[in-house]
Formats: sequence, structure tokens, C-alpha cells
Amino acid sequence: MRWFKKKEKELPPRERHIEANLANSTVYVKGLYKEYPGKKGAVTAMKDVEINVLENDFVCIVGPSGCGKSTLLRMVAGLEEASGGRIVIEDNDIIGPGEDRGMVFQSYTLFPWMTVEENIKFGLKLKKMPEGEQEKIADKYLKTIKLEKFRNRYPGELSGGMKQRVAIARALANSPRVLLMDEPFSALDPQTKADMQLLMRQIWQEEKPTVLFVTHDIEEAVFLSNKIYVLTSRPGRVKREVPVLLPYHRELELKDTEAFIRLRKEVNGYIEHEKFA
Amino acid sequence: MIKVKIRKPISRKKYLLLAAAAFLTVFLVWSAVSSAGMVKEIFLPRPSSVLRYYLTAVSDGTLWENTKISIIRISLGFLMAVVLGIPVGILVGTFAKTEAAVRPLCEFIRYMPVPAFVPLIMVWIGIGESAKVAVIFIGTFFQLVLMVADDALSVPGDLINAGYTLGADTKQAVFRILIPAMMPRLMETLRMMIGWAWTYLVSAELVAADTGLGYTILKSQRFLKTDAIFGGILLIGLLGLVTDRIFALLNKKLFPWAKGGRQV
Repeated sequence: MRWFKKKEKELPPRERHIEANLANSTVYVKGLYKEYPGKKGAVTAMKDVEINVLENDFVCIVGPSGCGKSTLLRMVAGLEEASGGRIVIEDNDIIGPGEDRGMVFQSYTLFPWMTVEENIKFGLKLKKMPEGEQEKIADKYLKTIKLEKFRNRYPGELSGGMKQRVAIARALANSPRVLLMDEPFSALDPQTKADMQLLMRQIWQEEKPTVLFVTHDIEEAVFLSNKIYVLTSRPGRVKREVPVLLPYHRELELKDTEAFIRLRKEVNGYIEHEKFA
Repeated sequence: MIKVKIRKPISRKKYLLLAAAAFLTVFLVWSAVSSAGMVKEIFLPRPSSVLRYYLTAVSDGTLWENTKISIIRISLGFLMAVVLGIPVGILVGTFAKTEAAVRPLCEFIRYMPVPAFVPLIMVWIGIGESAKVAVIFIGTFFQLVLMVADDALSVPGDLINAGYTLGADTKQAVFRILIPAMMPRLMETLRMMIGWAWTYLVSAELVAADTGLGYTILKSQRFLKTDAIFGGILLIGLLGLVTDRIFALLNKKLFPWAKGGRQV
């Protein structure tokens, strides 16, 4: 079944390569268009969205509620169909969801009948990876998320923060080309949320997964990412591309520094302006 | 100051005690009313008469025979409905095309009163054992399909999406995510449905049978043997309670992760 209808004929490989504007681009979104059927004709939710995520980069998307940032991420994941435009993952137009794009959802999506370890191994089992290798990968990521002691527990026994840590491990264990994260910490309490942000940045510093992260929390976006896309409200468009010029090694204290606060206010300004325009 | 709080939990001991007290109260009221002679024996038999009926029916073997045949009928009818109804229900709750083809039809048929089918079934398949099984099947199948479909629909979309983004195809998403995720609710559905099956068993036996618990009740009515009517009804209630508890226990043992059939 085709989830993503391609409007034009497939381009020959060489031209396709030229169209990607950078050779090390992992996610390349161009002219993305999304409309919903409404009572008075189609409603345009998103128009001309262009996004570029380089290999090993950490990119955040922020925007006012209803700007379609989650929809954008779900389209990249292949879970929703775009109405037009292209989504290219390393030279290939996407057709539906796939293991090359791992995702961590806002809601808890661990499989409740599986232990923590079985959850992490799920994607590897689907690939029919030998048991020994599965074990090795599970060990590694249990250590990364600091839940070795919980490997045989069921999700029902975990706190919200722990569940999301397992969800991150489960996605990373599959070694996706890009890790998509849809407001994964928004349901957590402030302290857990801060801990999760730190853990996420550390994971990125150590492993360099390519991450595309959607959030409505500007502080979170500034702390985590190397680049922020600010979207406008309906129809969603890229309003600004903000480079995050902050130190590479980040600790929570960074949030109190002048440079951090200035950048946070700058990004916030782009959004505030949009709200009351 | 709130003294009685909504849904405030009580201990298991207290729960059992209250449940037992309720049973005892009903029994005592029944004994008192019937023994005091306020109501004629023919309308409300004494507990002792019902007990006497049980003793004779057990000793001459008729009670066991009738219970056995009823249990066989209900098992066959229910099993057929389950074997066919669960796959169809899962398809309805999973794919919009099957839903469109099956749901409206099932909604239509399930409103048709099952006892009204009894004469038709007699014409079609006679008055043999298959007729009783057919009544139970018709009574439970269509309802079951719809309830199983709802169980399948209750599985959160992002649980399935998580599977897709981990590399599952649709077949794997159904067999390795959707079905395991809906199992606790499915068991709850079966627990509800077996109760309905008992109701339809009696409808089937009231009309076209010469054995079974339903038939025993009907025959006793002809001779105004209210003690036997009471005996039959109480026995069905007891069997229903036992099956219900078995299902509840199975659910607890098979799906410990689900905590009372709810999704975690």
C-alpha cells in the first residue's frame, strides 16, 4: 500500500542528487504542502515548508500550537500523507513509515505486555537479528538510559520519565537514519523534564544520532539543538531558521547564562509576534 | 468535610464480607416470607422445598443429565461464535473496508430478537441439537463481532504507529501489536458474552427441547412445581457465576500486565 502519493514521475538518480542542496543532508523537506478537507472546502494547514537536517545534526522545530509541527513530523515519519511536496531521506523519497525513521511519541507507546528489554529488542526481532547481537545492543542502550536494573520490569511499573527513556532506547536500538521526537517530554514534571533534556543532549554528544525534535517549549529547543526552525501558525510555514550558537558540551547550568537567555528570548520573540499579529 | 468519597477503595476482606451479606440477606428475606405463610407455597416455595427438589433430582440423575446437555449446548454455540466472531471482529476494528461491509449489517441483525428466530430455525434445521446450538450462535455472534471490533479500536493508534516506525509491516502490526494489546479487553468481552449465551440457551430450550435446564424449568411450570423452577433458575445463576469467575481469574493470570483489563 502506498501512503505517500508521488505527484511527479520519479526523477532520474543524478538529477535527484542535485536537488538535495547538500550532500550530507539526511532529511530534506521541500515545498511540503498539507491540506485538510473542511466544511467550506479544503483548509491549508501547511505551505511551502522547507527543512534540511544534516547528518548527525540535532534540529528542533518550534511554533505556536496549531502550526502543524507534529503533523510535519508525522509526515516525515510516513504516518500521515502530505498533500504535495517532497520528503527525501538520503536521496530517497519516502513511501510510508519505515525502520529508517525511528520515532518517540508524546504519549506512552511502550508495549505493555513486553518487559523493558523485550521492548528495546522489538525492532531487532522484526529484523531477525541473531539473539546474541540483540542482547548486546539491548545491554548497551539499557546502560545509556541508566535502566539496567529495570530490564525485566513491565512498562506498567515504570514512571513516565522511565517510560520515555525506554522509548528512546527502543528507537535508537534500531539504528535509524533519523530519530524523530514528537514533544516526548511534554507530559513530564519540570524536574524530570530537565533531567531528560540533559540525558538527551548527552546521548547526542556521545552517539551523534541525527535528531529532528518537535516541541512547544522554547527553552527545551534552545538547550537541546544546534538549529531551530520556527514555524508560523496556519498555514504553517518556516518563519525563521535560527542557528544555536552555544557551547557543545551542555549542562543544565547553561540555562542561566546570558547567551542562553538572549537566544531563548529571541526565538520566543518570533513566536510571540506571530500570536498577536 | 467529605465523609463518603466517590470510588474510595475498600479492603478485599470487606468486599467479600459485604457480598456474602447481600446473598445472605436475600436468602433470609426469602426464607422469612415463605415460611411465615405470607405467600402461598405455589408462588414462592420455601428454601427447604427447593433443597428437597435438588436432593431428589440429584439422586435420580435427572439434574446432572439436564445440566450436562445444557453445558454442551452452550459450549458448542459459544465456541462457534467465538471462533468465527473474533477474526471477523478484529478485521472490522482494523480495516475500514471490512468495517463498512460488516458493521452496519451486524448492527441491523443484532436488533432482531433471537427468540423470534426459533420457529424459523426449527423449520430450517429441525428440532435436533444443532437447532439449540444455532440459537446460541445467532444470539451471540453478531453482538460479539461488534464488541471485538470495539476492543480492536480501543488499541491506541500511536502504539501501532510505534510498531510501524520500528519496521513492522501491516501484518506484523496486527499480529504482534494490535492483537496482543487487545487481549485483556477481549477476555472481558468473552466474559460478558458467555452471560448472554446462558440467556439464549434458555430461550432455545424453552421452545424446542425435551432435555436441558431450560426445558426442566418449562416442564415444571406446567405442573406448577415452583420449587423445581426455582431450582433450575438458581442453578443457572450459579453456573453463570462460576464461568464468570473462571474468566476473571484467567484474565488476571494470563495478562498480569493489564491490571483489571485496562490498558496501562
